[in-house]
Amino acid sequence: MLLEINPLVLPDIGLVFWNTIAFIVLFFVLRAFAWKPMLKAIHDREQGIEDALSKADKMKADIAAMQSENEALLAKAREERAQMIKEAKETADKMVADAKDKAKSEYDRIVADAQVAINQQKNAALTDVKNQVGSLVVEVAEKVLRKELANKSEQENYIKQLAEGVKLN
Amino acid sequence: MARMSVKSLLVATFSVFTMLFSTVSYANDTPQHGTPAAEGHGAKEFDVTETILEHIKDDHSWHLWGHTTLPLPVILYSDKGLEVFSSAKLMDEHHEPAVYAGNYNYKTIEGKVKVVKADGSLDKEASAKVWDFSITKNVASLFVSIAILLLVFLTVGGAYRKRGVKSAPKGLQSFMEPIVLFVRDEVAKPNIGHKYAKYMPFLLTIFFLILINNFLGLIPFFPGGANVSGNIAFTMTLAVFVFIVVNINGNKSYWEHIFWMPGMHWSMKAFLAPIELIGVFTKPISLMIRLFANITAGHILVLSLICLIFIFKTVFASAIAVPFAVFIGLIELLVAFLQAYIFTMLSAMYIGMATEEHHHEAAHH
Repeated sequence: MLLEINPLVLPDIGLVFWNTIAFIVLFFVLRAFAWKPMLKAIHDREQGIEDALSKADKMKADIAAMQSENEALLAKAREERAQMIKEAKETADKMVADAKDKAKSEYDRIVADAQVAINQQKNAALTDVKNQVGSLVVEVAEKVLRKELANKSEQENYIKQLAEGVKLN
Repeated sequence: MARMSVKSLLVATFSVFTMLFSTVSYANDTPQHGTPAAEGHGAKEFDVTETILEHIKDDHSWHLWGHTTLPLPVILYSDKGLEVFSSAKLMDEHHEPAVYAGNYNYKTIEGKVKVVKADGSLDKEASAKVWDFSITKNVASLFVSIAILLLVFLTVGGAYRKRGVKSAPKGLQSFMEPIVLFVRDEVAKPNIGHKYAKYMPFLLTIFFLILINNFLGLIPFFPGGANVSGNIAFTMTLAVFVFIVVNINGNKSYWEHIFWMPGMHWSMKAFLAPIELIGVFTKPISLMIRLFANITAGHILVLSLICLIFIFKTVFASAIAVPFAVFIGLIELLVAFLQAYIFTMLSAMYIGMATEEHHHEAAHH
């Protein structure tokens, strides 16, 4: 037989038998106590690393988003500040202008009032003067009349004269 | 300059020794022919083949040093029942095979326990009835390798349990992890695909069992010295396990591709079926022969180089033989890893082929 030519290629039943038993024992023992915990630990670690990496990526993205948000906020704040300054300036300008206007109008009013008061006073003074002149005239006239109408006849003449002046309709 | 001189020195040494050996062998030839009686029974003619085979073959005792051997238990099962005795009983005080009277008269012939007749000749008929389950040198070496594997990997496995996932591997653990990752990422994943996890324990066990036995085989003395992974029984057993795993896990499309190749004319299908069926067996057989032949060839090569010293019968031959043996030994170190890798990778490939899902199947019909 071919196998008997070379003893090297003739398998011994003994080694086959013991090898089968040994391999099965080795396989089950190592699978339970070495390969499974080992592969599980490696897998868990890789999973952990992967998770950590993806988490880091997410965080990076979050930070970037936050940064851009911050920038937007900052830009907005800057804009608002500019706006506010502008508004304040406008308000101030307006206030100054208003104040100016108000002052001017007040001044005008005061001037006008003063004018009116002056006119009134003037008129009053004029009236007063007129009245005084009038009363002086009356007084003078009275004195003149008193002197002219010292006698009775002249009085009657004058009354007649006046009476003629009054026309009864 | 230095390199040049080393080179020329090597060339000079080589030529000197070549000349020396030829003269020595001539010198040895003449007295042998002249006085055959002088050689006598003590100094036998040196038989290279026998010496090498003796080192490669299995044995019933484990040679330690000089005349000291470790006797191993012989376990025989025959029609007369089971018997266990020490292999020391099969040897006389001169380390020559002796007859041991058990259920039959046993004697080791060419390293194997055989039944002998009263006159000491081989009894083939009775020998066929005896099943030899002895703990031979290879079996003992196998057990040593398994003890080493268990010791190493139970420690490593325990380390993962104790140290947990968060901490980095340490010591032996960090030495073994890259190898395990290599098997997973270079062997299992590319060849099997996403279902690789199920086959990882099997592939790892095969890989490390072959690797440790390849390494132990390279150690020339106890606890190495046995040629387990270069033994056809060992490779056959592993190949049978691969065969079983592949065919148990073979899916519908695997069997369909063997017996009724899809997308072919019916006559082609009928023609391919027997070829594919043979392929089912040739795959594990190729695994068996590849590992056996590679490891055995390496051992034979190293032994042949060492035997040069005894062939030329001069210690100067070692100047050539030893460096070459060291060189081949280094290559063997590579081969030890390579063959473990190839065996595992091909096993993974066969498993991958058997469990592959053919999505393109629909296109055939």
